[in-house]
Amino acid sequence: MKHLSEEQLIAYQDGESSGRDAAASHINSCVECLAELNRLAEMLAAYQALPVPDPVEDYGRRVWQQIAPRLKEKRGHWWQVFLEPRRLTAAALVAALLLVAFLTGRVSKRTDHGDAALTAEQVRQRVLLLAVGEHLGRSEMVLMEIANAGPEGASIKPVNLSSQRRRAEDLLEENRLYRQTALQEGDTGIANVLDELERVLLDVANGPGNVTPAQFKSIRQRIDDDGLLFKVRVMTKEIERRENTGKQRPAQSGSAKVERNNQA
Amino acid sequence: MKESVESVRAADAIAIERTLAGDCDAFRVLVERHSGMIFRLAFRLTGNHQDAEEIVQEAFLRAYQKLEQFASQANFATWVYRIAANYAIDRMRQRKQEDARRQAPSAEMTDEVDQDPLRQIPDAAPTPERLTQSVELRRQMETALQSLTPAERIAFVMRHCDGCGIEEIAAALKSNSGAAKNTVFRAVHKLREMLEPQFAPRATVRAMGTES
Repeated sequence: MKHLSEEQLIAYQDGESSGRDAAASHINSCVECLAELNRLAEMLAAYQALPVPDPVEDYGRRVWQQIAPRLKEKRGHWWQVFLEPRRLTAAALVAALLLVAFLTGRVSKRTDHGDAALTAEQVRQRVLLLAVGEHLGRSEMVLMEIANAGPEGASIKPVNLSSQRRRAEDLLEENRLYRQTALQEGDTGIANVLDELERVLLDVANGPGNVTPAQFKSIRQRIDDDGLLFKVRVMTKEIERRENTGKQRPAQSGSAKVERNNQA
Repeated sequence: MKESVESVRAADAIAIERTLAGDCDAFRVLVERHSGMIFRLAFRLTGNHQDAEEIVQEAFLRAYQKLEQFASQANFATWVYRIAANYAIDRMRQRKQEDARRQAPSAEMTDEVDQDPLRQIPDAAPTPERLTQSVELRRQMETALQSLTPAERIAFVMRHCDGCGIEEIAAALKSNSGAAKNTVFRAVHKLREMLEPQFAPRATVRAMGTES
């Protein structure tokens, strides 16, 4: 009996379709080739199982700190600054176009020119809703943890907010981006909630890991006074509603922004 | 709370747009979100922290410089992964040349050790989990991987550790899919040869494609 070549075995193990049936039939009737296939699979599995050290928890931040000064050097030329307004317009278009690819199926294709422009706007809006919805979900968790962190009437012991502080730092930059994008899109409802959220995130991120009872009270007071947790939840629901409406009604009227702002 | 693929892409798109609009700090979101994945690829390829970190930094610097070119891509993670793989090949080739120059006087001895690192592996064939727990075997597997050419190493890691498609590997290698497939095959073949005593008891080792 002619055994399978190593190349055939590797191709079979790799899931290649060409000649697969014949190879399978041979392997089923050949103990040696089956054993060889198992040894091959075992080696590949061993490589997959080789441990790779997980980067430290704030690895991304560390990388950023190392490369940030070099990025600024690269984009700091006067002529680039001069071109900024044009770049802004181009960037908006680029982002809309690149995202059409992964949102295809959710946004209906239009043939006439006017509808195509609306679709691009709608794509941008959907991208913002997706990102902000997820962001608010993560922010709500941090706010809730802070709200439940200290026992009622805590007055003596410091409160450990290290974990919330780290996550607030992570959320802060994204929050800023979404707030600016929402403003650019004319979505003041989202922008306002993100603005209030940003102030609390800033307080937590800039504070110590172990806050004094007085500091803790002040942070909590801010969350309570602004009704921030409630606003975040309402906005999350609103975003869900708008996402669902968007799915059911792919093409909106030209007054979409006005409508959003009225709702806000 | 795990982010969905769609929301990650949406968040990436917003960060890219802001970066292109001149907000340099917006790029931080992309770095923080994707640097862990790039580090894991780089560590698998280089086997050490220092080189892996250099690849991570360079990949993001290059991504930043080329961000305008990202317009036709759909997934920033895939794009920056490819940039990292691409840079890693250049870096590993360069490192290999440097090492060769440095070690030239003792080349004969080094070759013997490097090219056949697995001859002393015991014959018993334990399960993959037990295998990887063995520090010695792990070292030998890593040595075997490092002894591949840069292109073979990256093709193998992309295909068999990260599950990338052949087209993606071809793009990273700047070659066509036929050549990429051959590179993956060659890598597997070489690793098998080096690790054969471990994964196949000597008695059953035989030439494949022959009649029994």
